[in-house]
Amino acid sequence: MNNKKVGGINEWIIAGIVLSIFLIVIPLLNKLPGEDSWLRISEFRINLLGKFLAFAILAMGLNLAWGYTGILSLGQGVYFGLGGYCMAMYLLLKVGASGHYGSALPDFMVWNQITELPWFWKPFNYAWVAIPCVILVPMALAAGFGYLLFRSRVRGVYFAIVSQALALVLAITLVGNQPYTGGTNGLNDFRTIFGFPLRGPDLPKTEFGLYMASVIILFGVYLICRWITRSKLGRVLRAIRDDENRVRFSGYDVANFKIFIFAVAAGMAGISGALFVPQVGIISPSNVGVVPSIEMVLWVAVGGKGTLAGPLLGALIVNYAKTIFSELYPGIWLYFLGALFLCVVVLFPKGAIGIVGQIKNLYSKKPKHTERKKTNIMERTKTEERSIKEG
Amino acid sequence: MRKETILYVEGVTVSFDGFLALKELSFYMDYGELRAMIGPNGAGKSTMLDVICGKTRATKGRVIFGKNDTNITKMLEQDIVKAGIGRKFQNPSIFSNLTVFENFELSLRKKTKGVFYTLLTRKTAKDREKIYSVLETVGLVDKADVMAGSLSHGEKQRVEIGMVVAQDPELVLLDEPVAGMSVKETESTAELILSISKNHTVLVIDHDMDFIKSIAQKVTVLHDGMVLCEGTMDEVQKDERVIEKYLGREK
Repeated sequence: MNNKKVGGINEWIIAGIVLSIFLIVIPLLNKLPGEDSWLRISEFRINLLGKFLAFAILAMGLNLAWGYTGILSLGQGVYFGLGGYCMAMYLLLKVGASGHYGSALPDFMVWNQITELPWFWKPFNYAWVAIPCVILVPMALAAGFGYLLFRSRVRGVYFAIVSQALALVLAITLVGNQPYTGGTNGLNDFRTIFGFPLRGPDLPKTEFGLYMASVIILFGVYLICRWITRSKLGRVLRAIRDDENRVRFSGYDVANFKIFIFAVAAGMAGISGALFVPQVGIISPSNVGVVPSIEMVLWVAVGGKGTLAGPLLGALIVNYAKTIFSELYPGIWLYFLGALFLCVVVLFPKGAIGIVGQIKNLYSKKPKHTERKKTNIMERTKTEERSIKEG
Repeated sequence: MRKETILYVEGVTVSFDGFLALKELSFYMDYGELRAMIGPNGAGKSTMLDVICGKTRATKGRVIFGKNDTNITKMLEQDIVKAGIGRKFQNPSIFSNLTVFENFELSLRKKTKGVFYTLLTRKTAKDREKIYSVLETVGLVDKADVMAGSLSHGEKQRVEIGMVVAQDPELVLLDEPVAGMSVKETESTAELILSISKNHTVLVIDHDMDFIKSIAQKVTVLHDGMVLCEGTMDEVQKDERVIEKYLGREK
């Protein structure tokens, strides 16, 4: 229980420091004079960071399912994509008649010879429909999908495979229905978001606003994760990860708990997608399929699953590494990224956040380990003695 | 206590791909009883517990439980727990990454164990009191804040017994509660089971004859998926069939 003190006070201090870096220090560094100053953070970098923070929201949700409950989802891109497309549909309809073809329909529909807005696009004319849909559509799909699989006790690798198949299905569906979804190109060429421009000279200001929104929403998501994992429900989730059957024999309906947390994770992925779209300006099937879904799992693994801050750290590390490697070594950067993953899995199974603890363990807990080994051996000989006596 | 039947296992057959683990087994228990069940490996002891607690489905037959004679044959595991049956498994099955205290907290009997109730609920003073009384019962007070996974084998067994006690079930099923325990640990576990049996109906499965002798009033011998005989320990030990099929083999 002594870690309560450490976790209680220190955690809030750390959270405060991190939050003030994101909300105060980084914006101030952006205001520094001189384009070339190494201290100055450019608008481009802030926009990039905003995108990564959006990814971190997804990683935190995925961590609730995988890190805490043991549900490995290889299809988180599905829920990210649904949230992203909901947002993108709204943004595209806001373009209105100012598109290339001067039609009220999105441009891609015009050159696909669609003459009337499809029924499922119509509600996305309104922000008050689109914004809730960003969260509710992914949650509903996840709940339905979870209901089917968790009720029939599909779990572990089998669940992972089926969840990945869903990512493939979504990507193929999006590509195959070009007149309604924009196909391979996805949805892009947005003009405004809530009246703020998404192109032209004032774009950096909007992007800065989106960055700030990402920070604040991320913090909100962090608080929700913290609340869930600290509740009794959080302990039930960890218990499910440890021994699902025992949870059943303790009187809990395991399937309901899994459906709940999987839906929560999907909702967070949806938020993540909706923040991604205006900051990047496009969403396409290549953002939602199998490969990005696997990358999402790696964010969590690299940061440290089963910890609150790990996924945030992981999303930032992986995506920054990706950016830096691809800038410095455009030809071979993927190999560097692969090497990073290998290192983490082999050397730091607890992720970046676990490195501190691992180093501490290396120096302090040696005697305890040997002690435990000894009792294990004694325990074993006793058991053997007994079984010999019994014949 | 008035003698009344708490559990009816009637004509239960369990078939695993044609292999009959239980053959039309019938078996009854009274309220307040402390019953032991013995039998050689493969006799179907664990399978029978599995059928009672819902882990394995009976191919034929039915299981009736409790005051209202509820048919639990087709109920889900968690609903059988709610009906009032607690089970300890052969291999300690506990939550390794939770503390002993938290293990017991999750096991506590609650009116509802739904998702949203669990999210919003807080530990009451009564919960804490109950958890500490269980910790005392199983002798793990000083291990309350230790991760259950780091305990010794014997302690893990006690944690799982504690979890079942925390559920406060009417019927306690214990599958080899002293497996892998030292002689001393076995003795204290026997005492523990006797104290549990004051307030609960208990069914214990084990191989250890000395241990069974030290706790049980009535013994059921299982052989080849059927009840071979039933009686006090002395009666059972004198039974010709038991000596031939089970006890005799040891000598």
